[in-house]
Amino acid sequence: MLAYVARRLIQTALILLGISFVTFILLYLVPADPARQIAGRSATAATVANIREQLGLNLPFYEQYLRYLGGLLNGDLGRSYLQKTEVSTLIASRLPASLLLMAGAIFCELVLGLTMGVVAALKRGSRTDDTLMIASFVGVSAPQFVIGILLLYVFAVKLGWFPIGGYGTFAHLILPSITLGFLGAGWYSRMMRSSLVEVLRQDYIRTARATGTSRARVLFGHALPNAILPIIAMIGIDIGLFMSGIVVVESVFGWPGIGQLAWQAIQRVDIPIIMGVTLVSACAIVLGNLVADLITPLIDPRIKLR
Amino acid sequence: MRKLLLAGVAAAALSASPAFAQDIKQGGSMTVTYKDDVSTLDPAIGYDWQNWSMIKSLFDGLMDYVPGTTELRPEIAESYEISDDGTLFTFKLRDGVKFHNGRDLTADDVKYSIERTVNPKTQSPGAGFFGSIKGFEEASAGNADGLSGISVVDDHTIKFELSRPDATFLHVLALNFAHVVPKEEVEKHGADFGKHPVGSGAFKLAEWTLGQRLVFERFEDYWNKGVPKLDQIVFEVGQEPVVALLRLQNGEVDVPGDGIPPAKFIEVKNDPKFKDVIIQGGQLHTGYVTMNVKMAPFDKVEVRKAVNMAINKDRILRIINGRAVAANQPLPPSMPGYAKDYQGYAYDPEAAKALLAEAGLGDGFETELYVMNTDPQPRIAQAIQQDLKAIGINAAIKSLAQANVIAAGGEEDQAPMIWSGGMAWIADFPDPSNFYGPILGCDGAVTGGWNWAWYCNEDLDAMATQADSMVDPAKAGEREAKWRDIYLKVMEDAPWAPIFNEERFTIRSERIGGDDKLFVDPVHIPVHYDEVYAKDVQ
Repeated sequence: MLAYVARRLIQTALILLGISFVTFILLYLVPADPARQIAGRSATAATVANIREQLGLNLPFYEQYLRYLGGLLNGDLGRSYLQKTEVSTLIASRLPASLLLMAGAIFCELVLGLTMGVVAALKRGSRTDDTLMIASFVGVSAPQFVIGILLLYVFAVKLGWFPIGGYGTFAHLILPSITLGFLGAGWYSRMMRSSLVEVLRQDYIRTARATGTSRARVLFGHALPNAILPIIAMIGIDIGLFMSGIVVVESVFGWPGIGQLAWQAIQRVDIPIIMGVTLVSACAIVLGNLVADLITPLIDPRIKLR
Repeated sequence: MRKLLLAGVAAAALSASPAFAQDIKQGGSMTVTYKDDVSTLDPAIGYDWQNWSMIKSLFDGLMDYVPGTTELRPEIAESYEISDDGTLFTFKLRDGVKFHNGRDLTADDVKYSIERTVNPKTQSPGAGFFGSIKGFEEASAGNADGLSGISVVDDHTIKFELSRPDATFLHVLALNFAHVVPKEEVEKHGADFGKHPVGSGAFKLAEWTLGQRLVFERFEDYWNKGVPKLDQIVFEVGQEPVVALLRLQNGEVDVPGDGIPPAKFIEVKNDPKFKDVIIQGGQLHTGYVTMNVKMAPFDKVEVRKAVNMAINKDRILRIINGRAVAANQPLPPSMPGYAKDYQGYAYDPEAAKALLAEAGLGDGFETELYVMNTDPQPRIAQAIQQDLKAIGINAAIKSLAQANVIAAGGEEDQAPMIWSGGMAWIADFPDPSNFYGPILGCDGAVTGGWNWAWYCNEDLDAMATQADSMVDPAKAGEREAKWRDIYLKVMEDAPWAPIFNEERFTIRSERIGGDDKLFVDPVHIPVHYDEVYAKDVQ
């Protein structure tokens, strides 16, 4: 087990190194000259050259990259070109909001997805089943900004039940969580349905029923714990989906997380922020997968880590 | 003889205007939203339209404009004198100007602040504006500690010695880059001063939660009593313009800082509900098509004139839902020096064809039109392409990222035509000279420059230098006429086809009051934060 974790951690470090290299190359190739951008349009060529030198942009590519890596090892993500602040400060100030939103989204997708899946599996073939599966299909395919704006319009503007975007109270959290969780809920309901249908066909379920155990007890005591296993492993992978989802959802709802930060930075080609957010999200995704892999054998003894 | 201008003159003009009546009670709060984070509030660094007017409220400079106009007036200066030859500017500072940290502002602070902007370590985008001050070359190259042309006479007197007469110098001193910062606070916060701004402006920063909100509070010790009108302004960032509009209707927002989202423009504009809260005004902006005079066949003036006549500007205005007015000269209408009576080249495809034939190009020709690749720019370029097709010019559209178009324009032989949309010139200060040098003068016709037409007319450059040495305020009218002349002469050579001047549409809540001009102030975007007031405390 320990050897496995150690091996995975080394792999993780290598993956992150690779991601940092690829992102750095891509951003290096972007045809925007940060020095010119900082210098403004009234600057002379000498001013631009001076700024380029101060930022180290005149150095060859590999040297710039090594400098960046050196900074990373000291926890220094660089300074934003446009916001004129440490990237780590910007990310740290926004990370709690993103984590909160993700927690809300995980809660929503589990509650919605599992409920829909269980009901559909129990009513297999009925009209309820069809309706729920169509809903899950919509959840999987509808773009998140459409769902977000729709929810915002109906429940915040028309009905006035929730605030129109923003951050701060529990009420602010609900609509963005549902929007972000809706995609996962679609997947989970389908997985839960097929997994539960599978389990309900098993001999031990029939045996349990034959012993006179109540329907509810069979469902909650025997069927669900087995059916839910594949889903738990999915939550870790979800973090990757969330990382792309928050860019959209945070922008629609004015949620001050790192997704919004990334979106603004991309529009203004603020390279240090784009780099920083990419690396932080990559870390989250890789670690999420690792945690998911470590948890699975704890809940399913059939799976062994090698 | 030395000329002395007293602040009293401007102050009298100010109080005479009914729009800025003194009986408005101070108090109340206003909520402004923005999509993007506020980048920095350091006056030496901030150079986008969002932080520009915020910085103006936190900091003060020697000069400013009468609210809602392009008319200069002294701000923390009480009076100024200009020597006859226009190279010596002496300012007397007001008494009782305090920084937010309680310290008195002195002439040393003014000197320090401008030298800080010019110092290459500051990386200020505005350093170049101070090029006319003696000692600029040494200081901007980092070879001198300060500017030899700035001298502090006493705590309340500061003198600027220029290396050439510069009629725009007062405008330069009204730029944020010349606003006054306290040295001790700059040193305390270092590179993070932009997040901890301390100035002497009407408002002080009370709170800044990164990515969420900023709160400006009225500065009790502000030298100009009665300003600002509001007690507090809350800026909420990270709000999509569409969402901000919904919140405005709900009464939660007073001014959506990013304006009316394009997709909603027609709907909102035609909604009777909004009739009284949308204010329209001009911008110091011109959108134009450049024709590279160094690339055939645009080296022929007939061809450039023909292009001017071929483009149907009214159709382009319809494409952008009428958010602009048609242009016929480089200067926008709200800029001093604009030639009101000039007719320009009227839309006349037949005459355009005749001109092409005259140039020996009766069969037309192939060319390229560069354009930035975000909507609505490619659609505008297509309209231009169709118009050119009608007179026989086949222009292939090269739709590229902004940086690539700018780079192509800065090369002598790359882009025959460029539609400037999305990259067009917006003036830094309301003076006609600001539309010439970098974009039409010989100085800008260099590799990496902004003169994409590569137009260089030595005679006009000489006229421009002459006009800018007319420093005497009494000759302001004459100077303006000279500039008007320069731009009309540019149009005779037609290196540009001016297309339109963008208009501003500011939307506000019912509870925020003030003269309409304050909501479309040429310098303060979206509104003049110091001057608008809350109706609910009146």
